[in-house]
Amino acid sequence: MPVLSANHAVINALSILPTFSETLTNVLFMVLGAVIITGLAALLALVSVYLERKVSAHMQDRLGPMEVNTEIPILKNIGHGWAQTLADAFKLLLKEDIVPAAADKKLHLLAPFIVFAATLAAFAVLPFGRNLIPSDLNVGVFYLIAISSFVVVGIILAGWASNNKWSLLGAMRSAAQIVSFEIPASVSVLVVIMAVGSLNLGEIVEFQEGGIHRWLIWRFFPFNLLAFFIFFVASLAELNRAPFDLPEAESEIIAGFHTEYSGMKFAMFFLAEYANMFLVGVIISTLFLGGWSSPFGSFLNSAPFQVFWVFVKSFAIIFVHMWLRWTLPRVRVDQLMYTSWKVLTPFAFVSMLGVGLWMILIQ
Amino acid sequence: MSVGLNHYLFLAAVLFVLGLYAVITKKNAVTVLMGIELILNAANINFVAFSRYTDTDMDGQVFAIFVIVTAAAAAAVALAIVLNLYERLKSINLDEADSLSG
Amino acid sequence: MQDIMFYMFAALTIASAGVMVFSRSVIYSAVGLLFTFFGVAGIYVLLAADFVAVAQVMIYVGGILVLLLFGVMLSQRVTGVNMRTETLQTVPAAIVAVGVLFILFRVISKTEWLVKAKTTFEPTTAKLGTLLMTDYLIPFEIVSVLLLGALIGAAFIARKG
Repeated sequence: MPVLSANHAVINALSILPTFSETLTNVLFMVLGAVIITGLAALLALVSVYLERKVSAHMQDRLGPMEVNTEIPILKNIGHGWAQTLADAFKLLLKEDIVPAAADKKLHLLAPFIVFAATLAAFAVLPFGRNLIPSDLNVGVFYLIAISSFVVVGIILAGWASNNKWSLLGAMRSAAQIVSFEIPASVSVLVVIMAVGSLNLGEIVEFQEGGIHRWLIWRFFPFNLLAFFIFFVASLAELNRAPFDLPEAESEIIAGFHTEYSGMKFAMFFLAEYANMFLVGVIISTLFLGGWSSPFGSFLNSAPFQVFWVFVKSFAIIFVHMWLRWTLPRVRVDQLMYTSWKVLTPFAFVSMLGVGLWMILIQ
Repeated sequence: MSVGLNHYLFLAAVLFVLGLYAVITKKNAVTVLMGIELILNAANINFVAFSRYTDTDMDGQVFAIFVIVTAAAAAAVALAIVLNLYERLKSINLDEADSLSG
Repeated sequence: MQDIMFYMFAALTIASAGVMVFSRSVIYSAVGLLFTFFGVAGIYVLLAADFVAVAQVMIYVGGILVLLLFGVMLSQRVTGVNMRTETLQTVPAAIVAVGVLFILFRVISKTEWLVKAKTTFEPTTAKLGTLLMTDYLIPFEIVSVLLLGALIGAAFIARKG
């Protein structure tokens, strides 16, 4: 009998083995995916930071970064201060990490991680091509809206943990602003969801394939165009970007919730902000501008071009964001709330009702 | 032993008891509210687990959604009450709020 | 794999709920609650309830937790990092809690549940929508009226004076 049970034990152990190696490969794949997404997000954020400097320079007739360069022969000829962002990144990484004496050390450390992790988690569902969706969730759009709410919590914690009145004010402003603008943004996303009948980002893009005239922005004219505009304005506010950059209004509250952050932790907020910009670019292009699908129908619609189209559309959106930032002045707090509650939210509902009635009456 | 219904129920029980403990012991109204949210979450885990592990189709999940929605409504009203309390008493300790007249 | 995930999320949920309950700072309690909500959302995913999981994150983290944090900050003099909450009746509470836990564990382990596990992971959104619009239409409508009432009531109560 003991022999038998020993055999049993061996067999049991053996039967576990394949599942164990399967688990290991699964975990490896997950880690690999996470690393790729992190790298991609960081890279895109760096590119966006560089773009911001150059676009702002062109908008306002400044020079922009022109000096930072290397001695490596080919790269040297690019000029235009292309290495500026790398220099920025190294500077931030090497800087002393200053934590205010009266701050809550643990939360001060935790807050940038929450913000950064939430941004990265959102990247996991972005569709870069028909077979290039890192995680093809059934509830993709809903997931995107939900995961971005972690950012709000991270910002409040950052403001509170710094133990600085400017930080706290900036954090409260930022949270109030993001929460208020989430409503028109979500309602205009609902318009898209109603039109497509799916929360899956891949299906939303497939619905729009076949050329520029099939993009959701033109459907149910003018209701979807209205929804697109509302989502665009709301996304500006959710990113805390000008003209809605009250949370970091330098003239009033220094730098808002990240006043007391320096070095690596500041870099995380900074990267998260620019990664978020790209994220919003991809979301807008997916929801309204056909995502990965080519504007010319099946022409130029193979897999590499799908990635190309996603990037072109997203960077076009980012460019408009920058354009607005460097041309418009900052609004006041009351104007901000007026925009959200008395303009965008009612019109978002008009758009939703319009699409709903259209779908019932005409289709 | 692979994870089954009981594991989820045990988890929910622990969560429920932690929430109960917070509700009984805490003086601060906001922390009491947090304890209530823990209790609601524990109930929700049970709903969803039963919906997964028994013959009912999706009813548990529908109930979970109703619970989440009503929890949101409850939190909003409760926080409004807390703010009003603070306005009147300059404190949100629940045992100081013992007056019935305004 | 799923078992490991379950134990990870369960540990996260209980540990952070413990932080929430036993921490003396209100803000630390809120942070504990954040991770508890996240852990519970993970548990829902393991139970093949993807829509409920995302709704959990959206409403609890994005709505209730932010409300709670605002409540904390608006209702206390934010003069320092100290935001303590006092506790009372710890011994009776501990006795009640352990007693309830014991009863619950005993009930759960003694009961013969009619287990009929489903093993597939199917999309739930469409089914949920259909259920809400058919079998659960009246609760759905009542909840929407309740939400409207709560919204107006909360705004009314929170007004100054």
